[in-house]
Amino acid sequence: MADEVIRVDGLSHRFDELVAVDGVSFSVSAGEVFSFLGPNGAGKSTVINVLTTLLPMQDGEVVIAGRDLRTDPLGVREAIGIVFQEVTLDRDMTVGETLEFHGRLYGLPREERRARTDELVALVELEAKRDTLIKHLSGGMKRRLEIARGLMTRPTVLFLDEPTIGLDPQTRARMWEYLRQVNREGTTIFLTTHYMDEADQLSNRIAIIDYGRIVAEGRPYELKNALGQDLVYLETAENGRARAVLGAMPFVGRIRDKDGGFLVMVTDDGTRVLPGMLDALRDAGVVVTGINMKKPSMDDVFIHHTGRALRDEGTESAAATLSRAGRR
Amino acid sequence: MVDRRLLTIYWRDMLRFVRFKGLLVSSLVQPALWLAFFGIAMSSNFDMIGSQVPPVPGIPSVGYLTFMCAGVISMTTLFTSLFGGMSLLFDKNWGLLREVMAAPMSRANIVLGTGLSGITKSIIQASIILAFGLLLGVEFFAGYTPVQVVVAVAGIMGFVAVFALGFIFLSAAIAITMESPEGMQGIMTLLTMPIFFASNALYPAQAFPPVLQAAAAVNPLTHMVVGIRYFAIGPSFQAIGQTFTYTAGDLALSFGVLCAFAAVTFLFALRQIRRARVT
Repeated sequence: MADEVIRVDGLSHRFDELVAVDGVSFSVSAGEVFSFLGPNGAGKSTVINVLTTLLPMQDGEVVIAGRDLRTDPLGVREAIGIVFQEVTLDRDMTVGETLEFHGRLYGLPREERRARTDELVALVELEAKRDTLIKHLSGGMKRRLEIARGLMTRPTVLFLDEPTIGLDPQTRARMWEYLRQVNREGTTIFLTTHYMDEADQLSNRIAIIDYGRIVAEGRPYELKNALGQDLVYLETAENGRARAVLGAMPFVGRIRDKDGGFLVMVTDDGTRVLPGMLDALRDAGVVVTGINMKKPSMDDVFIHHTGRALRDEGTESAAATLSRAGRR
Repeated sequence: MVDRRLLTIYWRDMLRFVRFKGLLVSSLVQPALWLAFFGIAMSSNFDMIGSQVPPVPGIPSVGYLTFMCAGVISMTTLFTSLFGGMSLLFDKNWGLLREVMAAPMSRANIVLGTGLSGITKSIIQASIILAFGLLLGVEFFAGYTPVQVVVAVAGIMGFVAVFALGFIFLSAAIAITMESPEGMQGIMTLLTMPIFFASNALYPAQAFPPVLQAAAAVNPLTHMVVGIRYFAIGPSFQAIGQTFTYTAGDLALSFGVLCAFAAVTFLFALRQIRRARVT
């Protein structure tokens, strides 16, 4: 592809004996939002740390914005912006000083530093905080400042490692808004996340990574559609026999256990095939005790490819916050 | 390659230096207290012993306070510089180091920028101790013309600068590989003891046992003190009943040793920072 901004071929990285990244290949086109989705420890951060030159290249080929990571790491650094996973700010510097420092480190001329600072504090709505010390900012404001800093040099690609980790749901939603706006203005975005909804809502394409390998890749709807049109959840008096009956039907894909019942992936429109499924079960003498039908989610996609659930900590912590609020 | 972005590192370090008023004040007051309490207490003892030895005629004689003031300036520079690299450790754990390491510039900028801010802090401190010492009655620059005083101060600050660089680089090299401030503190304390006491900062080294004398001879602190005494008191003087003579050759050798020390520690720091992985 001519407008390819990131190309990664056979990237591997090991820490002593531990293989953190194992032969990962993918490419990102100009203007895309591309997400690496996976559980903690899957190798997402290692990939982003290698791509942003914080870790050395071991095996593989990487070209970012036309520069070879192995031979021209400084060139890669000039072309990218980074929002690190952990807060990387000096508590005792102001918002303005932080951006000024970044502009100087990247060799921006004075006029441009001033102009960019004005634009960016406006973009992330921190104009009023320009002379405030960072220790007096909220978590969301710090994150916004880090995004602004990452954009200071008008990078070809902005890398974000878990950009919304630890933020409350409203702040996360606003962060997505900023990122969409940045992307609309032409910046390619590469992000890692372990939030299903974040990957689903924000990305043009997703790569699911587990144990250092990419297990699935595609547009969010493609990944979900690949699981079939609908997911039917059933509880019956005899799950074993019910599964045998349904498994013989032509539109039934994979079946797997879930809680007290089982989940059936159907390749046709569930609205039309569900009555036939129930008829078949009744004819076989199986009593159905519970039923539910839904569209596949990214969560289902993840379980399908890795065989285990990726706990969505975002929803979990939101639920915990709600229950705490309820108790008060 | 090194470029002017080392000044960016320097600018940020100084920003922090003036922002922490408490640290700023204590780092300036502490050496003054040393001079006031230790200096005055010890000089009342040493000057009593020294007065029992008849002075050699024709060689200027100075009191203990004057003798040890060069030591206090050197010691303060040593402490400030050795702990100066600690900012890199804090930056690595809780600050901006990741951002600095990801920037498209030479690692040498980081090392040299940190060194430059270390020099600035040390020169400010040395000036304050010098001024305070003169107030307390330290007989520096006795009988100098104004031009000679300017030359002497410039010479002293030159020694302070090179000496500070050597230890700030050493400190940076250690800090970048450490995980915790506690561990760093331990190593620094371990280092300062022998450096401080196996030197001529507080007492003459001539009477040391041979091993200690050898240690003192290669100790950068000894060479630093030689430089300051040469410029502040003169090439030849007597104190605590002993005669000290420093030739121009001694002076050049001492400066050379300090330059070599700074060069070696610079390369060490550069190597450590190039190897460091901050993710």
